[in-house]
Amino acid sequence: MLDQILQFLITGVTVGSTYALVGLGFAIIYNASGVVNFAQGEFVMIGAMSAVWLLAVGMPFPLALLGAVAITTCVGLALNKFAIEPARGATVITTIIITIGAAIFLRGAALLLWGKDIFALPHFSGEETLYFGSATLLPQNLWVMGVTAVLVIAVRWFFDRTLTGKAILACACNKDAARLMGINVGLMLLVSYGMSAFLGAVAGILVAPIAFTSYDAGIMLGLKGFSAAILGGMGSSMGAVAGGLLLGILESLGAGLISSGYKDAMAFTVVLLVLIMRPSGLFGRKAADRV
Amino acid sequence: MPSSDAPLLEVTDLATHYGPIQAIHSVSLEVHPGELVAIVGANGAGKTTLLRTLSGVQPASGGTIHFDGEEITRLPAHRIVARGICQVPEGRQVFAPLSVEDNLRLGGYSQRRDGDWVAQKIAEVYALFPILHEKRGQLAGNLSGGQQQMLAIGRALLGRPRLLLLDEPSMGLAPLLVEEIFRVVRELHEAGTTVLLVEQNANAALQIADRGYVLETGKVVTSAPAAALLEDETVRKAYLGH
Ligand SMILES: Nc1ncnc2c1ncn2[C@@H]1O[C@H](COP(=O)(O)OP(=O)(O)O)[C@@H](O)[C@H]1O
Ligand SMILES: [Mg+2]
Repeated sequence: MLDQILQFLITGVTVGSTYALVGLGFAIIYNASGVVNFAQGEFVMIGAMSAVWLLAVGMPFPLALLGAVAITTCVGLALNKFAIEPARGATVITTIIITIGAAIFLRGAALLLWGKDIFALPHFSGEETLYFGSATLLPQNLWVMGVTAVLVIAVRWFFDRTLTGKAILACACNKDAARLMGINVGLMLLVSYGMSAFLGAVAGILVAPIAFTSYDAGIMLGLKGFSAAILGGMGSSMGAVAGGLLLGILESLGAGLISSGYKDAMAFTVVLLVLIMRPSGLFGRKAADRV
Repeated sequence: MPSSDAPLLEVTDLATHYGPIQAIHSVSLEVHPGELVAIVGANGAGKTTLLRTLSGVQPASGGTIHFDGEEITRLPAHRIVARGICQVPEGRQVFAPLSVEDNLRLGGYSQRRDGDWVAQKIAEVYALFPILHEKRGQLAGNLSGGQQQMLAIGRALLGRPRLLLLDEPSMGLAPLLVEEIFRVVRELHEAGTTVLLVEQNANAALQIADRGYVLETGKVVTSAPAAALLEDETVRKAYLGH
Protein backbone atom coordinates (compact mmCIF):
# COMPACT_ATOMS: atom_id res chain seq x y z
CA MET A 1 0.00 0.00 0.00
CA LEU A 2 2.70 2.46 0.99
CA ASP A 3 4.72 1.45 -2.06
CA GLN A 4 1.71 2.11 -4.20
CA ILE A 5 1.27 5.54 -2.69
CA LEU A 6 4.92 6.31 -3.34
CA GLN A 7 4.34 5.32 -6.96
CA PHE A 8 1.32 7.61 -7.21
CA LEU A 9 3.30 10.43 -5.67
CA ILE A 10 6.04 10.08 -8.30
CA THR A 11 3.48 10.21 -11.09
CA GLY A 12 1.67 13.04 -9.35
CA VAL A 13 4.75 15.20 -8.91
CA THR A 14 5.72 14.64 -12.54
CA VAL A 15 2.34 15.66 -13.91
CA GLY A 16 2.10 18.35 -11.26
CA SER A 17 5.41 19.83 -12.42
CA THR A 18 3.96 20.55 -15.84
CA TYR A 19 0.86 22.06 -14.25
CA ALA A 20 3.19 24.14 -12.10
CA LEU A 21 5.03 25.53 -15.14
CA VAL A 22 1.77 26.31 -16.93
CA GLY A 23 0.34 27.85 -13.75
CA LEU A 24 3.47 29.94 -13.35
CA GLY A 25 2.91 31.25 -16.87
CA PHE A 26 -0.64 32.24 -15.95
CA ALA A 27 0.56 33.94 -12.76
CA ILE A 28 3.27 35.97 -14.49
CA ILE A 29 0.91 37.55 -17.03
CA TYR A 30 -1.83 37.97 -14.44
CA ASN A 31 0.66 39.66 -12.14
CA ALA A 32 1.86 42.07 -14.78
CA SER A 33 -1.53 43.02 -16.20
CA GLY A 34 -4.45 41.50 -14.30
CA VAL A 35 -5.27 39.45 -17.40
CA VAL A 36 -5.86 35.69 -17.40
CA ASN A 37 -4.23 34.56 -20.64
CA PHE A 38 -6.34 31.72 -21.94
CA ALA A 39 -3.84 31.08 -24.72
CA GLN A 40 -1.40 29.74 -22.11
CA GLY A 41 -2.36 26.11 -22.82
CA GLU A 42 -1.71 26.68 -26.53
CA PHE A 43 1.88 27.63 -25.73
CA VAL A 44 2.26 24.16 -24.20
CA MET A 45 0.79 22.53 -27.30
CA ILE A 46 2.87 24.63 -29.73
CA GLY A 47 6.04 23.80 -27.81
CA ALA A 48 5.43 20.06 -28.06
CA MET A 49 4.02 20.05 -31.60
CA SER A 50 6.74 22.20 -33.10
CA ALA A 51 9.39 20.01 -31.45
CA VAL A 52 7.78 16.97 -33.07
CA TRP A 53 7.68 18.81 -36.39
CA LEU A 54 11.31 20.02 -36.24
CA LEU A 55 12.43 16.45 -35.49
CA ALA A 56 10.36 15.14 -38.37
CA VAL A 57 12.00 17.55 -40.81
CA GLY A 58 15.38 16.21 -39.72
CA MET A 59 16.71 18.54 -37.08
CA PRO A 60 18.98 16.95 -34.43
CA PHE A 61 17.14 16.29 -31.14
CA PRO A 62 18.60 18.99 -28.86
CA LEU A 63 18.34 21.62 -31.60
CA ALA A 64 14.73 20.68 -32.29
CA LEU A 65 13.88 21.20 -28.63
CA LEU A 66 15.62 24.57 -28.50
CA GLY A 67 14.02 25.57 -31.79
CA ALA A 68 10.57 24.64 -30.48
CA VAL A 69 11.08 26.75 -27.37
CA ALA A 70 12.24 29.65 -29.56
CA ILE A 71 9.24 29.33 -31.90
CA THR A 72 6.81 29.26 -28.99
CA THR A 73 8.44 32.23 -27.30
CA CYS A 74 8.08 34.16 -30.57
CA VAL A 75 4.39 33.16 -30.71
CA GLY A 76 4.01 34.56 -27.19
CA LEU A 77 5.74 37.82 -28.14
CA ALA A 78 3.62 38.06 -31.29
CA LEU A 79 0.44 37.45 -29.32
CA ASN A 80 1.34 40.43 -27.16
CA LYS A 81 2.48 42.62 -30.03
CA PHE A 82 -0.36 42.00 -32.47
CA ALA A 83 -3.35 41.08 -30.30
CA ILE A 84 -2.87 42.45 -26.78
CA GLU A 85 -0.93 45.66 -27.28
CA PRO A 86 -3.14 47.14 -30.03
CA ALA A 87 -6.05 46.84 -27.55
CA ARG A 88 -4.13 48.37 -24.65
CA GLY A 89 -6.91 50.77 -23.70
CA ALA A 90 -9.37 47.88 -23.40
CA THR A 91 -10.77 46.54 -20.13
CA VAL A 92 -9.33 43.40 -18.52
CA ILE A 93 -12.43 41.42 -19.56
CA THR A 94 -12.05 42.46 -23.20
CA THR A 95 -8.39 41.49 -23.11
CA ILE A 96 -9.25 38.08 -21.64
CA ILE A 97 -11.73 37.54 -24.48
CA ILE A 98 -8.98 38.46 -26.94
CA THR A 99 -6.78 35.74 -25.42
CA ILE A 100 -9.63 33.22 -25.82
CA GLY A 101 -9.89 34.21 -29.47
CA ALA A 102 -6.14 33.89 -29.86
CA ALA A 103 -6.28 30.39 -28.32
CA ILE A 104 -8.91 29.29 -30.83
CA PHE A 105 -6.87 30.78 -33.66
CA LEU A 106 -3.65 29.05 -32.56
CA ARG A 107 -5.42 25.72 -32.18
CA GLY A 108 -6.90 26.11 -35.66
CA ALA A 109 -3.50 26.98 -37.11
CA ALA A 110 -1.99 23.88 -35.45
CA LEU A 111 -4.77 21.71 -36.89
CA LEU A 112 -4.08 23.07 -40.39
CA LEU A 113 -0.32 22.67 -40.09
CA TRP A 114 -0.04 19.36 -38.30
CA GLY A 115 -3.40 17.59 -38.63
CA LYS A 116 -5.35 15.67 -36.02
CA ASP A 117 -2.81 12.93 -35.28
CA ILE A 118 -1.45 12.23 -31.84
CA PHE A 119 2.33 12.49 -31.53
CA ALA A 120 4.97 11.66 -28.96
CA LEU A 121 8.51 12.94 -28.58
CA PRO A 122 11.28 10.42 -27.88
CA HIS A 123 12.34 10.21 -24.25
CA PHE A 124 15.29 12.51 -23.56
CA SER A 125 17.59 9.84 -22.19
CA GLY A 126 16.17 6.40 -22.79
CA GLU A 127 13.31 4.45 -21.29
CA GLU A 128 15.20 2.21 -18.90
CA THR A 129 13.19 1.88 -15.70
CA LEU A 130 14.80 3.18 -12.55
CA TYR A 131 13.97 1.85 -9.11
CA PHE A 132 13.23 4.08 -6.19
CA GLY A 133 12.59 1.72 -3.29
CA SER A 134 9.91 -0.50 -4.68
CA ALA A 135 8.49 2.24 -6.89
CA THR A 136 9.62 2.69 -10.48
CA LEU A 137 10.21 5.75 -12.57
CA LEU A 138 11.55 6.66 -15.98
CA PRO A 139 14.48 8.97 -16.64
CA GLN A 140 11.93 11.32 -18.24
CA ASN A 141 10.22 11.74 -14.84
CA LEU A 142 13.51 13.03 -13.49
CA TRP A 143 13.89 15.36 -16.46
CA VAL A 144 10.44 16.82 -15.83
CA MET A 145 11.03 17.34 -12.11
CA GLY A 146 14.60 18.57 -12.47
CA VAL A 147 14.00 21.10 -15.23
CA THR A 148 10.88 22.36 -13.48
CA ALA A 149 12.82 22.87 -10.25
CA VAL A 150 15.53 24.81 -12.09
CA LEU A 151 13.00 27.02 -13.89
CA VAL A 152 11.00 27.72 -10.73
CA ILE A 153 14.17 28.81 -8.95
CA ALA A 154 15.17 30.94 -11.95
CA VAL A 155 11.78 32.68 -12.05
CA ARG A 156 11.92 33.29 -8.34
CA TRP A 157 15.41 34.72 -8.67
CA PHE A 158 14.30 36.96 -11.56
CA PHE A 159 11.50 38.56 -9.56
CA ASP A 160 13.42 38.73 -6.27
CA ARG A 161 16.81 39.86 -7.46
CA THR A 162 16.71 41.68 -10.79
CA LEU A 163 15.61 45.25 -11.46
CA THR A 164 13.64 44.13 -14.51
CA GLY A 165 11.78 41.62 -12.34
CA LYS A 166 10.97 44.34 -9.81
CA ALA A 167 9.90 46.64 -12.63
CA ILE A 168 7.37 44.04 -13.79
CA LEU A 169 6.06 43.81 -10.23
CA ALA A 170 5.84 47.61 -10.13
CA CYS A 171 3.73 47.60 -13.32
CA ALA A 172 1.39 45.10 -11.70
CA CYS A 173 1.13 47.19 -8.58
CA ASN A 174 0.62 50.67 -10.10
CA LYS A 175 0.98 51.11 -13.82
CA ASP A 176 1.01 54.91 -13.81
CA ALA A 177 3.54 55.14 -11.00
CA ALA A 178 5.70 52.63 -12.88
CA ARG A 179 5.58 54.85 -15.97
CA LEU A 180 6.56 57.83 -13.83
CA MET A 181 9.70 55.87 -12.82
CA GLY A 182 10.65 55.64 -16.49
CA ILE A 183 9.58 52.00 -16.82
CA ASN A 184 8.38 51.10 -20.30
CA VAL A 185 5.20 49.31 -19.25
CA GLY A 186 4.51 47.94 -22.74
CA LEU A 187 7.97 46.39 -22.89
CA MET A 188 7.54 44.78 -19.46
CA LEU A 189 4.28 43.22 -20.63
CA LEU A 190 6.06 41.92 -23.73
CA VAL A 191 8.71 40.34 -21.51
CA SER A 192 5.97 38.72 -19.41
CA TYR A 193 4.31 37.18 -22.45
CA GLY A 194 7.66 35.93 -23.70
CA MET A 195 8.46 34.35 -20.33
CA SER A 196 5.05 32.71 -20.06
CA ALA A 197 5.30 31.27 -23.55
CA PHE A 198 8.81 30.04 -22.78
CA LEU A 199 7.64 28.25 -19.62
CA GLY A 200 4.63 26.77 -21.44
CA ALA A 201 6.81 25.47 -24.25
CA VAL A 202 9.24 23.82 -21.85
CA ALA A 203 6.34 22.19 -19.99
CA GLY A 204 4.91 20.87 -23.24
CA ILE A 205 8.23 19.48 -24.44
CA LEU A 206 9.10 17.88 -21.11
CA VAL A 207 5.86 15.99 -20.84
CA ALA A 208 5.35 15.09 -24.52
CA PRO A 209 7.41 11.85 -24.30
CA ILE A 210 5.15 10.57 -21.49
CA ALA A 211 1.79 12.16 -22.16
CA PHE A 212 1.71 12.58 -25.97
CA THR A 213 0.49 15.67 -27.75
CA SER A 214 -1.96 16.75 -30.41
CA TYR A 215 -3.32 20.03 -31.79
CA ASP A 216 -5.91 20.20 -28.99
CA ALA A 217 -3.69 19.10 -26.10
CA GLY A 218 -3.48 22.70 -24.91
CA ILE A 219 -7.10 22.83 -23.76
CA MET A 220 -6.78 20.38 -20.88
CA LEU A 221 -3.25 21.44 -19.92
CA GLY A 222 -4.32 25.09 -19.96
CA LEU A 223 -7.29 24.30 -17.76
CA LYS A 224 -5.11 22.38 -15.31
CA GLY A 225 -2.50 25.13 -15.21
CA PHE A 226 -5.23 27.70 -14.65
CA SER A 227 -6.61 25.56 -11.81
CA ALA A 228 -3.11 25.38 -10.35
CA ALA A 229 -2.80 29.15 -10.47
CA ILE A 230 -6.13 29.85 -8.80
CA LEU A 231 -5.60 27.02 -6.32
CA GLY A 232 -2.36 28.65 -5.24
CA GLY A 233 -3.85 32.14 -5.31
CA MET A 234 -3.84 33.98 -8.63
CA GLY A 235 -0.88 36.29 -8.84
CA SER A 236 1.26 34.42 -6.33
CA SER A 237 3.83 32.73 -8.56
CA MET A 238 5.10 30.32 -5.93
CA GLY A 239 1.46 29.63 -5.03
CA ALA A 240 0.90 28.53 -8.63
CA VAL A 241 3.82 26.11 -8.33
CA ALA A 242 2.47 24.65 -5.09
CA GLY A 243 -1.01 24.52 -6.60
CA GLY A 244 0.30 22.64 -9.64
CA LEU A 245 2.11 20.03 -7.57
CA LEU A 246 -0.89 19.60 -5.31
CA LEU A 247 -3.23 19.20 -8.26
CA GLY A 248 -0.95 16.62 -9.88
CA ILE A 249 -0.67 14.60 -6.68
CA LEU A 250 -4.43 14.72 -6.05
CA GLU A 251 -5.13 13.54 -9.56
CA SER A 252 -2.70 10.71 -9.36
CA LEU A 253 -3.89 9.55 -5.93
CA GLY A 254 -7.50 9.85 -7.08
CA ALA A 255 -6.86 7.90 -10.24
CA GLY A 256 -4.92 5.20 -8.41
CA LEU A 257 -6.98 4.80 -5.27
CA ILE A 258 -10.47 5.49 -6.57
CA SER A 259 -10.92 5.43 -10.32
CA SER A 260 -8.94 6.81 -13.23
CA GLY A 261 -12.15 7.73 -15.01
CA TYR A 262 -12.83 10.41 -12.43
CA LYS A 263 -9.35 11.89 -12.06
CA ASP A 264 -10.09 15.19 -13.84
CA ALA A 265 -13.47 15.55 -12.15
CA MET A 266 -11.93 14.92 -8.75
CA ALA A 267 -9.15 17.40 -9.24
CA PHE A 268 -11.56 20.11 -10.30
CA THR A 269 -13.86 19.27 -7.38
CA VAL A 270 -11.01 19.81 -4.96
CA VAL A 271 -10.21 23.15 -6.60
CA LEU A 272 -13.85 24.21 -6.25
CA LEU A 273 -13.94 23.16 -2.59
CA VAL A 274 -10.76 25.07 -1.80
CA LEU A 275 -12.08 28.16 -3.56
CA ILE A 276 -15.40 27.99 -1.72
CA MET A 277 -13.55 27.89 1.60
CA ARG A 278 -10.72 30.25 0.63
CA PRO A 279 -11.71 32.41 -2.34
CA SER A 280 -8.24 33.95 -2.55
CA GLY A 281 -6.60 30.53 -2.96
CA LEU A 282 -4.26 28.68 -0.66
CA PHE A 283 -1.42 31.20 -0.77
CA GLY A 284 -3.10 34.30 -2.19
CA ARG A 285 -3.53 37.49 -0.27
CA LYS A 286 -7.03 38.85 0.06
CA ALA A 287 -7.98 41.03 -2.88
CA ALA A 288 -8.05 44.10 -0.65
CA ASP A 289 -4.44 43.64 0.44
CA ARG A 290 -3.21 43.67 -3.09
CA VAL A 291 -4.33 47.20 -3.93
CA MET B 1 15.95 84.45 -9.33
CA PRO B 2 17.67 83.36 -12.53
CA SER B 3 14.65 83.69 -14.81
CA SER B 4 16.46 85.54 -17.56
CA ASP B 5 17.77 82.25 -19.03
CA ALA B 6 15.86 80.30 -21.65
CA PRO B 7 13.02 78.39 -19.98
CA LEU B 8 13.69 74.79 -18.97
CA LEU B 9 10.02 73.97 -19.36
CA GLU B 10 7.79 75.85 -21.77
CA VAL B 11 4.12 74.92 -22.04
CA THR B 12 2.11 76.58 -24.80
CA ASP B 13 -1.69 76.44 -25.25
CA LEU B 14 -1.87 72.99 -23.68
CA ALA B 15 -5.19 71.14 -23.77
CA THR B 16 -6.12 67.79 -22.19
CA HIS B 17 -9.36 65.86 -22.48
CA TYR B 18 -10.94 62.98 -20.58
CA GLY B 19 -13.13 61.63 -23.35
CA PRO B 20 -15.38 64.53 -24.31
CA ILE B 21 -14.61 66.48 -21.14
CA GLN B 22 -11.86 69.07 -21.39
CA ALA B 23 -9.87 69.31 -18.15
CA ILE B 24 -7.07 71.65 -19.31
CA HIS B 25 -7.84 74.69 -21.49
CA SER B 26 -5.09 76.45 -23.33
CA VAL B 27 -2.62 76.51 -20.44
CA SER B 28 0.69 78.30 -21.04
CA LEU B 29 3.45 78.47 -18.48
CA GLU B 30 7.22 78.55 -18.09
CA VAL B 31 9.70 77.26 -15.57
CA HIS B 32 13.25 78.60 -15.72
CA PRO B 33 16.34 76.73 -14.54
CA GLY B 34 16.70 76.91 -10.78
CA GLU B 35 13.22 78.26 -10.17
CA LEU B 36 10.62 76.96 -7.75
CA VAL B 37 7.24 77.59 -9.36
CA ALA B 38 3.98 76.90 -7.57
CA ILE B 39 0.64 76.08 -9.20
CA VAL B 40 -2.22 76.66 -6.81
CA GLY B 41 -5.89 76.05 -7.30
CA ALA B 42 -8.95 74.45 -5.76
CA ASN B 43 -9.80 70.78 -5.82
CA GLY B 44 -10.72 69.79 -9.38
CA ALA B 45 -8.98 72.77 -11.01
CA GLY B 46 -6.89 70.45 -13.18
CA LYS B 47 -3.55 70.55 -11.34
CA THR B 48 -3.04 66.79 -11.33
CA THR B 49 -4.15 66.50 -14.94
CA LEU B 50 -1.62 69.17 -15.91
CA LEU B 51 1.27 67.36 -14.20
CA ARG B 52 0.22 64.01 -15.63
CA THR B 53 0.18 65.55 -19.09
CA LEU B 54 3.66 67.01 -18.57
CA SER B 55 4.93 63.56 -17.57
CA GLY B 56 3.27 61.92 -20.56
CA VAL B 57 1.02 59.55 -18.62
CA GLN B 58 -2.01 61.51 -19.87
CA PRO B 59 -2.04 62.44 -23.56
CA ALA B 60 -2.22 66.11 -24.55
CA SER B 61 -5.02 66.91 -26.99
CA GLY B 62 -3.57 70.23 -28.10
CA GLY B 63 -0.69 72.64 -27.64
CA THR B 64 2.97 71.90 -27.07
CA ILE B 65 5.41 71.10 -24.25
CA HIS B 66 9.08 71.96 -24.73
CA PHE B 67 11.76 70.79 -22.33
CA ASP B 68 15.22 72.27 -22.60
CA GLY B 69 14.31 73.59 -26.03
CA GLU B 70 13.06 70.28 -27.45
CA GLU B 71 9.48 69.29 -28.01
CA ILE B 72 8.34 66.42 -25.78
CA THR B 73 4.56 66.72 -26.21
CA ARG B 74 4.02 63.29 -27.74
CA LEU B 75 6.90 61.37 -26.17
CA PRO B 76 6.04 58.26 -24.16
CA ALA B 77 6.37 58.67 -20.39
CA HIS B 78 9.55 56.64 -20.04
CA ARG B 79 11.37 58.87 -22.53
CA ILE B 80 10.24 61.98 -20.71
CA VAL B 81 11.60 60.57 -17.44
CA ALA B 82 14.86 59.72 -19.19
CA ARG B 83 15.17 63.39 -20.14
CA GLY B 84 14.93 64.37 -16.50
CA ILE B 85 11.31 65.20 -15.68
CA CYS B 86 10.54 63.24 -12.51
CA GLN B 87 7.24 63.32 -10.66
CA VAL B 88 6.11 62.77 -7.10
CA PRO B 89 2.51 61.80 -7.86
CA GLU B 90 -0.58 62.79 -5.93
CA GLY B 91 -1.30 60.42 -3.05
CA ARG B 92 2.36 59.21 -3.04
CA GLN B 93 1.63 55.99 -5.01
CA VAL B 94 4.56 54.07 -3.59
CA PHE B 95 4.82 50.41 -4.62
CA ALA B 96 3.17 49.03 -1.50
CA PRO B 97 4.12 45.34 -1.80
CA LEU B 98 7.80 46.15 -2.42
CA SER B 99 10.41 47.15 0.15
CA VAL B 100 11.48 50.74 0.78
CA GLU B 101 14.84 50.06 -0.84
CA ASP B 102 13.25 48.41 -3.88
CA ASN B 103 11.05 51.48 -4.30
CA LEU B 104 14.17 53.64 -4.38
CA ARG B 105 15.90 51.29 -6.83
CA LEU B 106 12.88 51.48 -9.11
CA GLY B 107 13.02 55.25 -8.82
CA GLY B 108 16.49 54.87 -10.31
CA TYR B 109 15.21 52.69 -13.16
CA SER B 110 16.01 55.35 -15.77
CA GLN B 111 19.56 55.57 -14.36
CA ARG B 112 20.06 51.78 -14.21
CA ARG B 113 23.13 51.90 -16.44
CA ASP B 114 24.89 54.00 -13.80
CA GLY B 115 24.86 51.69 -10.78
CA ASP B 116 27.43 53.69 -8.81
CA TRP B 117 25.42 56.87 -9.12
CA VAL B 118 22.24 55.07 -8.01
CA ALA B 119 23.97 53.55 -4.98
CA GLN B 120 25.39 56.92 -3.99
CA LYS B 121 22.05 58.66 -4.47
CA ILE B 122 20.25 56.06 -2.36
CA ALA B 123 22.76 56.81 0.40
CA GLU B 124 22.04 60.55 -0.01
CA VAL B 125 18.28 59.95 0.22
CA TYR B 126 18.85 57.94 3.41
CA ALA B 127 20.85 60.86 4.79
CA LEU B 128 18.01 63.23 3.87
CA PHE B 129 15.35 60.95 5.41
CA PRO B 130 17.03 58.77 8.09
CA ILE B 131 13.73 57.04 8.88
CA LEU B 132 13.79 55.49 5.38
CA HIS B 133 17.19 54.00 6.15
CA GLU B 134 15.83 52.56 9.36
CA LYS B 135 12.89 51.01 7.49
CA ARG B 136 14.69 50.14 4.27
CA GLY B 137 13.76 46.44 4.46
CA GLN B 138 10.09 47.01 5.27
CA LEU B 139 7.26 46.98 2.76
CA ALA B 140 6.41 50.49 1.57
CA GLY B 141 2.75 49.78 2.25
CA ASN B 142 3.50 49.51 5.97
CA LEU B 143 4.94 53.03 6.25
CA SER B 144 2.96 55.94 7.68
CA GLY B 145 1.63 58.59 5.30
CA GLY B 146 4.48 60.97 6.03
CA GLN B 147 7.10 58.28 5.55
CA GLN B 148 5.47 57.26 2.27
CA GLN B 149 5.66 60.88 1.14
CA MET B 150 9.36 60.94 1.96
CA LEU B 151 9.78 57.72 0.02
CA ALA B 152 7.89 59.15 -2.95
CA ILE B 153 10.16 62.20 -2.95
CA GLY B 154 13.28 60.05 -2.54
CA ARG B 155 12.13 57.78 -5.34
CA ALA B 156 11.73 60.77 -7.68
CA LEU B 157 15.20 62.06 -6.74
CA LEU B 158 16.63 58.70 -7.87
CA GLY B 159 15.46 59.57 -11.39
CA ARG B 160 18.10 62.36 -11.47
CA PRO B 161 15.54 65.13 -11.99
CA ARG B 162 16.39 68.25 -13.94
CA LEU B 163 12.80 69.25 -13.23
CA LEU B 164 11.00 67.87 -10.19
CA LEU B 165 7.19 67.81 -10.33
CA LEU B 166 5.46 67.57 -6.96
CA ASP B 167 1.71 66.94 -6.76
CA GLU B 168 0.28 67.98 -3.39
CA PRO B 169 3.08 66.59 -1.24
CA SER B 170 1.37 67.92 1.90
CA MET B 171 -1.95 66.21 1.26
CA GLY B 172 -3.32 64.37 4.26
CA LEU B 173 -0.30 64.98 6.49
CA ALA B 174 -0.21 66.29 10.05
CA PRO B 175 0.98 69.95 10.34
CA LEU B 176 4.43 69.02 11.66
CA LEU B 177 5.02 66.68 8.75
CA VAL B 178 3.76 69.27 6.28
CA GLU B 179 6.42 71.63 7.66
CA GLU B 180 9.07 68.94 7.32
CA ILE B 181 8.09 68.18 3.70
CA PHE B 182 8.10 71.86 2.73
CA ARG B 183 11.48 72.31 4.42
CA VAL B 184 12.88 69.49 2.29
CA VAL B 185 11.37 70.94 -0.89
CA ARG B 186 12.92 74.32 -0.07
CA GLU B 187 16.30 72.68 0.58
CA LEU B 188 16.17 70.80 -2.71
CA HIS B 189 15.40 74.08 -4.45
CA GLU B 190 18.23 75.87 -2.65
CA ALA B 191 20.58 73.08 -3.68
CA GLY B 192 19.75 73.93 -7.29
CA THR B 193 16.88 71.62 -8.27
CA THR B 194 14.24 73.17 -10.50
CA VAL B 195 10.82 72.50 -8.98
CA LEU B 196 7.22 72.74 -10.17
CA LEU B 197 5.05 72.40 -7.08
CA VAL B 198 1.29 71.85 -7.20
CA GLU B 199 -0.64 72.57 -4.01
CA GLN B 200 -4.07 73.20 -2.57
CA ASN B 201 -2.18 74.50 0.44
CA ALA B 202 -1.56 77.75 -1.42
CA ASN B 203 -0.14 79.65 1.51
CA ALA B 204 2.64 77.17 2.27
CA ALA B 205 3.46 76.70 -1.39
CA LEU B 206 3.68 80.42 -2.18
CA GLN B 207 5.84 81.01 0.91
CA ILE B 208 8.66 78.96 -0.60
CA ALA B 209 8.02 79.64 -4.32
CA ASP B 210 9.65 82.18 -6.62
CA ARG B 211 6.61 82.51 -8.85
CA GLY B 212 3.09 81.18 -8.91
CA TYR B 213 0.25 80.40 -11.27
CA VAL B 214 -3.39 80.22 -10.22
CA LEU B 215 -5.39 77.52 -12.00
CA GLU B 216 -9.21 77.63 -12.13
CA THR B 217 -11.33 75.06 -13.99
CA GLY B 218 -8.44 74.14 -16.24
CA LYS B 219 -7.32 77.70 -17.08
CA VAL B 220 -4.50 79.89 -15.80
CA VAL B 221 -6.24 82.94 -14.33
CA THR B 222 -3.26 84.70 -12.72
CA SER B 223 0.48 84.44 -12.75
CA ALA B 224 2.86 86.57 -10.75
CA PRO B 225 5.83 86.45 -8.39
CA ALA B 226 4.85 84.43 -5.34
CA ALA B 227 5.19 87.41 -2.99
CA ALA B 228 2.73 89.38 -5.14
CA LEU B 229 0.21 86.53 -5.15
CA LEU B 230 0.42 86.32 -1.37
CA GLU B 231 -0.54 90.03 -1.26
CA ASP B 232 -3.20 89.82 -4.00
CA GLU B 233 -6.66 90.56 -2.64
CA THR B 234 -8.63 88.07 -4.83
CA VAL B 235 -6.07 85.32 -4.40
CA ARG B 236 -6.09 85.77 -0.65
CA LYS B 237 -9.88 85.60 -0.51
CA ALA B 238 -10.12 82.53 -2.76
CA TYR B 239 -7.13 80.45 -1.72
CA LEU B 240 -5.58 81.75 1.45
CA GLY B 241 -8.77 82.06 3.45
CA HIS B 242 -8.23 85.61 4.67
N1 LIG C 1 -9.75 59.94 -14.88
C1 LIG C 1 -10.61 60.97 -15.06
N2 LIG C 1 -11.68 60.83 -15.87
C2 LIG C 1 -12.54 61.84 -16.08
N3 LIG C 1 -12.42 63.06 -15.51
C3 LIG C 1 -11.38 63.27 -14.68
C4 LIG C 1 -10.42 62.24 -14.42
N4 LIG C 1 -9.48 62.73 -13.58
C5 LIG C 1 -9.85 64.00 -13.32
N5 LIG C 1 -10.99 64.33 -13.99
C6 LIG C 1 -11.64 65.64 -13.97
O1 LIG C 1 -10.73 66.60 -14.44
C7 LIG C 1 -10.83 67.78 -13.66
C8 LIG C 1 -9.48 68.11 -13.09
O2 LIG C 1 -9.13 67.15 -12.13
P1 LIG C 1 -7.70 67.10 -11.42
O3 LIG C 1 -6.68 67.28 -12.46
O4 LIG C 1 -7.63 65.87 -10.60
O5 LIG C 1 -7.77 68.38 -10.50
P2 LIG C 1 -6.93 68.79 -9.23
O6 LIG C 1 -5.69 67.96 -9.21
O7 LIG C 1 -6.66 70.22 -9.41
O8 LIG C 1 -7.78 68.52 -8.04
C9 LIG C 1 -11.89 67.53 -12.60
O9 LIG C 1 -13.09 68.09 -13.07
C10 LIG C 1 -12.00 66.04 -12.55
O10 LIG C 1 -13.31 65.65 -12.23
MG1 LIG D 1 -4.99 66.78 -7.75
